[in-house]
Amino acid sequence: MELFWKNKDLDKRRFWAVPYIEVLVFLVVLPMIMIAFYAFTNGAGHFTFYNFVQFFTQSDAINTLIYSFGIALITTIVCLVVGYPAAYFMATRSFRIPAVMIILFILPMWVNFLLRTIATAELFGLVGLPLDENALIFGMCYDFLPFMIYPILTSLSKIDTALLEASQDLGATRLQTFFKVILPLSKPGIQSGVIMVFMPTVSTFAISELLTHNKIKLFGSIIQESINSGVMLNYGAALSLILLVFINLTMLLGKNADKESSLH
Amino acid sequence: MQIKNHRSIDRRNFTQRLIAHLYLWALLLILYAPIAVILICSFTESKVLGNWTGFSVKLYTNLFSGVAGASLNSAIINTAIIALIAASISTILGTLAAFGIHYMPSRHQNVILSINQYPIINPDIITGISLFLLFVALGISRGLGTVIAAHVVFCTPYVVLSVMPRLKRMNPNLYEAALDLGATPAQALRKVIIPEVFPGMISGFILSLTLSIDDFGVTLFTKGSEGLNTLSTYIYADARKGGLTPELRPLFTLIFVTILILLIVSNIRAAKSSKK
Repeated sequence: MELFWKNKDLDKRRFWAVPYIEVLVFLVVLPMIMIAFYAFTNGAGHFTFYNFVQFFTQSDAINTLIYSFGIALITTIVCLVVGYPAAYFMATRSFRIPAVMIILFILPMWVNFLLRTIATAELFGLVGLPLDENALIFGMCYDFLPFMIYPILTSLSKIDTALLEASQDLGATRLQTFFKVILPLSKPGIQSGVIMVFMPTVSTFAISELLTHNKIKLFGSIIQESINSGVMLNYGAALSLILLVFINLTMLLGKNADKESSLH
Repeated sequence: MQIKNHRSIDRRNFTQRLIAHLYLWALLLILYAPIAVILICSFTESKVLGNWTGFSVKLYTNLFSGVAGASLNSAIINTAIIALIAASISTILGTLAAFGIHYMPSRHQNVILSINQYPIINPDIITGISLFLLFVALGISRGLGTVIAAHVVFCTPYVVLSVMPRLKRMNPNLYEAALDLGATPAQALRKVIIPEVFPGMISGFILSLTLSIDDFGVTLFTKGSEGLNTLSTYIYADARKGGLTPELRPLFTLIFVTILILLIVSNIRAAKSSKK
């Protein structure tokens, strides 16, 4: 009887999640349905494909989407190539990197990213570099590099050093140990780093507007302008839906490629 | 030395260490260059960022005497209010949810945890627009309330994710043991369970604060057009107008230095306590 009472008591605790489930339903799922609803209706609330027809017949919008994807892809790759060694050096004890270094890499995130972006633009001006595509990629890498370093650092720090010793004992060179043991074990970190850099860069509008003084337009800017114009609300919703589908497809492709490569 | 012993992995020669150190310091130098511009230029009066017109602390006195303008002052206050309220609500909501999810059958757990991922993975523009459309459709006027609600939406998932592992790691018999030793369920919860998950709640709270303070995309779409601004939206509007309020420089210099000191102090403390 006693035990029964206790179990029922624990059983009741599942209801503690109810307020949050309500938040998830009304403020996460429902708003996403609203995007789809607005995307497939016109201003009067009637069903239409017009918004999508408008998108697919305007080469401008499609090109911007592809361009934004390209910029985000380059940014993500640069962040990975630059960030991985940084995470590796900080995670490996024998390099004797002071712990304070890790703090120094997070610290810039406490200065508002828009202000940092404006300061980056000023810096480019001072040095005499043009505010072009390269400046945009630099600025985005600069804003999102910590998001690549941290997940990788976390997964590298979790690796059991005994595994590395075992690999060496079994005759692997340092390079072999890196590619056959360390790199595969840090894959979860790479994956979340890639997502955390790619998602905001593919959808950003403020960084490109501020850094290139509106010279380069990304897909996010088009969405933002349509929504803020008031009259193109439905078109903006359609663009948001396209971005959402696009992002999910990319992630799905990434996952599938990952599964296939781990099968071989 | 030809014979490899198992410690050789720990041996890095001087050159390798030098390369690692140089690499990291060079990276930090680049990362801090724009911040250095803000820091240095906070000590000059020039309206334009990057222009040095002689040493002055006028921007600091302007900031504290409120000469910088009512809109900047209210943006600072709004940012603080929104962050504190949203982080508090998220921490309570997320902790309760973590408990609820923990005691659910795993089938339900998976459903809720996968929906929980959406606000994390969705770009802020999508979260912002989706909530904007909801508020428009329901005829809810946008303002402080909608911004706080929106911040709760993207902060709570992180609280859930930082409390859940603590619950999983907790010995499930602890609660029963407390009851066997005569504690009431409420006492057992307060004195045994809560202390176990408390570090997760704190890190969730701090993460929520930072996310809320730094947010731009979601706030922009949920703040309405009544002139409500947080620091992010204020800076954005300011920059689009062409000029950047000079007092932002001392403001972020102070925020930066405060966080730097806090982090270094907590790091030294942590290092000391781990040595003991």
